[in-house]
Amino acid sequence: MKATDDAQHRGPATIPWLRAELLEGRMETRTARSLVFDVPGWAGHHAGQHVDVKLTSEDGYSAQRSYSIASASASGQLELTVQVVSHGELSPYLVEVMSPGDELELRGPIGGWFRWTEEFTEPVLLVGGGSGIVPLMAILRERIRTGSTAPVHFICVARTPDHVFYTNELHSVDQSHADVLVDRLYTRSGLADDARAAGRLNLHDLPPPSSGDTGITRAYVCGPTGFVESAADLLLGRGHPPTAIRTERFGPTGG
Amino acid sequence: MAVISRGFEGRRTPPDPRIPPGQYLTEDFPVLSAGPTPQIETSDWALDITDVDGSRTALSWHQLMDLPSEQFTVDIHCVTKWTKLGTVWRGVPVETLLGGTQSDAEYALIHSYGGYTTNLPIDDLVLGDAWVVFEYDGAALAPTHGGPARLLVPHLYLWKSAKWINGIELRRHDQPGFWESLGYHAYGDPWREQRYEGD
Amino acid sequence: MEQSHEFAVDGNAVAGPLSEIFAFDVTSVQVNCNHCGATNPFAEEIAYVGGPGTVLRCADCASVVGRFVKTPDSVWLDLSGSASWRIGTSQ
Repeated sequence: MKATDDAQHRGPATIPWLRAELLEGRMETRTARSLVFDVPGWAGHHAGQHVDVKLTSEDGYSAQRSYSIASASASGQLELTVQVVSHGELSPYLVEVMSPGDELELRGPIGGWFRWTEEFTEPVLLVGGGSGIVPLMAILRERIRTGSTAPVHFICVARTPDHVFYTNELHSVDQSHADVLVDRLYTRSGLADDARAAGRLNLHDLPPPSSGDTGITRAYVCGPTGFVESAADLLLGRGHPPTAIRTERFGPTGG
Repeated sequence: MAVISRGFEGRRTPPDPRIPPGQYLTEDFPVLSAGPTPQIETSDWALDITDVDGSRTALSWHQLMDLPSEQFTVDIHCVTKWTKLGTVWRGVPVETLLGGTQSDAEYALIHSYGGYTTNLPIDDLVLGDAWVVFEYDGAALAPTHGGPARLLVPHLYLWKSAKWINGIELRRHDQPGFWESLGYHAYGDPWREQRYEGD
Repeated sequence: MEQSHEFAVDGNAVAGPLSEIFAFDVTSVQVNCNHCGATNPFAEEIAYVGGPGTVLRCADCASVVGRFVKTPDSVWLDLSGSASWRIGTSQ
């Protein structure tokens, strides 16, 4: 079967490329950077969705990658958090070169399956490994922006405390919202006074399914492929029904 | 008109006669696959060679290791545009493997563990530039790069160098393989930039 | 034979390129595998990208449920590994 890429046959639902200008960049860790873009024509998104980003050089070479949206929904603006990947096509530019005023193209929002909106009122479990916490942070930020009262349990798994994105914001949200619990788990080495020994995510790190009225926790798992597969298996082992678990795999490097 | 990203240089590669048109040089060795990495023990490994008359021989790992092999250095070119120069392999020339077959085959369909296939004219396999390799860079070929053994045909795009080879089907007529049946070129010469059907 | 999908992503990653040819969001499509009969959302199926094309594999049995290739003038689809796709029409 062969479909020709002919403009006449392209439906109105085709997602257009939009021009985006970098407003601000700030480092989350030594190798990851959050980028805030002004995007005229951007109508907002559902937390969990992603965009395709395209860079074009002056000699016409272009490259494209997907990045999860880190921010809550807003019109005209969005934020990405990018982890440098060695030999990466886009990430070295986005993290180390791009400056306010520079532009790129993006299209989206993409993905209707891995998303959260305020219409979902049941308790939410977020399990993120490495840069997998980006779309989950969007979910947390959207939950706060909308005033949703859905309880959120956010489990961030990273190698060391220096590898965690959004540290200050996560700490402040955890302290100021009664129904939001943030656990930061370290796989390689943690803080001196940590009760939990550093190591991979295990069954004891995960809560059982909610015992509330609905009995179902909506769980979102994101990160490197290996992490997602083992975390999803652990959730099943903990009793969460498969239909409650949504996953997004970032590939071997998770970047 | 595309939006130019200031300071984005892409993968600029200086002109080099060793690099086919449209390719860029890479220092690493990307792992690209159509499926999960098979884990095959050499004790279970077999290479099935079937001929046009239906005859079939199966080569065991032990038999492969008994055949004369050679270490050689070649450049490799992937249709996704990366080129890696000076890769070092050890393997058995395909003409040595097929030495026992009496055949009026014109083509071959290569089979891999996991179901991948690719097709080639028989001459591209038997005239000296094709091997079944089992060592890369002086060590046993890793599963992620096609180990225990893969086909290597460096004068064609790397999708023809089937990883995890487990069969050579000799044929009178050409049969398109996994990518050749979905838009890729039947032959795949990187020097004539034969990436897609119709190129 | 053990299967390691460490180099895979999932259907979420393929949604952008497929948005150029499908008028619906593919990630929520329910894909029924021709080989094992399992049904999974497209988003949860295993995807191998970065090579000559994209290969979508059943999350249950790893059989190929879809193949996609983009050439300069065409998009090729092979859905023979899917027994069916159920596309929701109310969003």
